[in-house]
Amino acid sequence: MDKFTKISSVAAPLPITNIDTDMIIPQNFLRTIERTGLGKHAFSNIRYNDDGSEQKNFILNQPAYRRAQILIAGENFGCGSSREHAPWALTDFGLRCIIAPSFADIFYGNSFKNGLLPIKLPQDIIDSLIKDAERGANAVFTVDLENLEITRPDGEVIGFEIDPFRQHCLVNGLDDIGLTMERGEKISAFEKEQKIQQPWLYK
Amino acid sequence: MTSPRTLYDKIWDSHVVEEQQSGNSLIYIDRHIIHEVTSPQAFEGLRTAGRSLRRVETILAVPDHNVPTTADRETRVDSIESKTQLDALERNCKEFNVDYIPMMDARQGIVHIVGPEQGFTLPGTTLVCGDSHTSTHGAFGALAFGIGTSEVEHVMATQTLILKRSKNLRIDVSGPLGSGVTAKDVALAVIGKIGTAGGTGSVIEFTGSTFTNLSMEGRMTVCNMAIEGGARAGLIAPDDKTYDYIKGKPKAPKEAEFEVAVKYWNSLKSDPEAKYDNEVFINAFDIVPQVTWGTSPEDVLPITGIIPDPMNFKGLDKKASIKRALDYMGLKPGTKLTDIKVDKVFIGSCTNGRIEDMRAVAAVVKGRRIVVQALIVPGSGLVKLQAEHEGLDQIFIDAGFEWREPGCSMCLAMNADKILPQERCASTSNRNFEGRQGPKSRTHLVSPAMAAAAALRGYLTDIREL
Ligand code: SF4
Repeated sequence: MDKFTKISSVAAPLPITNIDTDMIIPQNFLRTIERTGLGKHAFSNIRYNDDGSEQKNFILNQPAYRRAQILIAGENFGCGSSREHAPWALTDFGLRCIIAPSFADIFYGNSFKNGLLPIKLPQDIIDSLIKDAERGANAVFTVDLENLEITRPDGEVIGFEIDPFRQHCLVNGLDDIGLTMERGEKISAFEKEQKIQQPWLYK
Repeated sequence: MTSPRTLYDKIWDSHVVEEQQSGNSLIYIDRHIIHEVTSPQAFEGLRTAGRSLRRVETILAVPDHNVPTTADRETRVDSIESKTQLDALERNCKEFNVDYIPMMDARQGIVHIVGPEQGFTLPGTTLVCGDSHTSTHGAFGALAFGIGTSEVEHVMATQTLILKRSKNLRIDVSGPLGSGVTAKDVALAVIGKIGTAGGTGSVIEFTGSTFTNLSMEGRMTVCNMAIEGGARAGLIAPDDKTYDYIKGKPKAPKEAEFEVAVKYWNSLKSDPEAKYDNEVFINAFDIVPQVTWGTSPEDVLPITGIIPDPMNFKGLDKKASIKRALDYMGLKPGTKLTDIKVDKVFIGSCTNGRIEDMRAVAAVVKGRRIVVQALIVPGSGLVKLQAEHEGLDQIFIDAGFEWREPGCSMCLAMNADKILPQERCASTSNRNFEGRQGPKSRTHLVSPAMAAAAALRGYLTDIREL
């Protein structure tokens, strides 16, 4: 997994609530057996016109934001399906950090496993960040995961919170399967016990 | 004495392998269902890392999202990509020796319908699947939730997940349901009340006489939609109805062991004094048939309502999002819901693709003719066989429905079954997101009976006035 320590980038404002996983990556692009290559389809339904040309109004199509690594969005970002294609598409597109007042649970967890940092902040702070972000190419934000800080374009620093284990894995690019496999003995002990109590689960 | 616990607390506690320093827990996973869309990258990950499956017997595989639903499905390839995914599932299951139900098997169907039918879904277990509607299985008192592909791989390799304990949210609905009101209407009314993020961070336990009086099918419909209320899982305490359903199913415990299991399952229900973090009480009497008008399941109203005006909502964001939804749906504030004309009707999905749903539709359309194109897609091959055994297929065909082979179909339009741009569909599925049933499709979520009524009239219809 890609490490995430610190990034500096403009931030694209997309203040829509309930941006769902179908909007992030529509169903017709789920028919892949790869993790890569989905970036060109991210937000496809609102990013392109019917003839395949770009929707001029869509924020990530605008010159200032084409290379944004940060997206600032509305409440309940990532609601809907469990498709990990959503964070795959966002990271393949070049985004590394989503800032929103709230996230859907499954999307939130999936993001960390793919080097995408979801940051929750209160709505009033988001509102002010969106104002910054609207300044376009002149407004560079820095997101520092090791120190849990966002530096606004004017230099003001805002703190945020992340579960320490998730922070640790993301900063070091660790694969948690490897970590869990080290707990193999504990898992075996659990199974031994459960098999006595619920033998029907071991057929 | 341990302090009183909820059903969720009990299942959680009995699956903790280890409390970790970070405040997370390593939770044991008993059951894992996989399908073709969210598993290929997990198998690939295992292969690349040289890892194997920890307990292959805990996995059940079935293709559902991509499969064609036409009678010629065996030879029909909707697209190369679909075929690639379906083939990959079959190949991976062979390579890793996973129990696999092929597309042409009578037991094939939507993962969340197949699990219970096979007795794979059992009370008190932890059950996961790379699909958000895994919450469906909570109807059996299983802690069941959707996971991403990385977690699919994690479960395959370790039989565990690293999780943080959720909050307990109780939703109590009591009293008898009015005429024409079904489990689907209860689910939609609950989401209308709590919102699509109302359950975020929580597991919902549905309590109250309305749920205990529902059939297992109805309970599955309710738990299916827990995720639309933001909760990763929904739970209903197991009772005799649950045990009757499970008894005799192929993968269920047998004979003496079944009795032992029932004793254990009976110990799971929430203690009377158990505390919930939040509680919502609804009187079933207040619920009338529901229909969604927007692009989120929380955009829901009684069928007697009118399209709302964005100006009546609080907050600029909210006004903008309601306006956006109405533009997308092609609707004007003030329009009566029953004046909205539909182009297509879809009956099926893991929300409403079970035998009870088929019966509900048949009861409405028997001896009548529908006026719009309508698909009825049974949730599994076994549902299809049962419906045909009861002669329901003939009722549907006589009424003008297309009676299809089982699969997800038009619920998410990954196969050839789609709503065309700007077409409007009354659908028994669970999501009305932009583009859900095909690019620019417009979805109104309703119960099976309401969908049938819409098919007969060509308009959204109050089933009570048909
Ligand atoms: S029927 Fe629809 S909601 Fe259910 S599993 Fe299939 S695609 Fe998902």
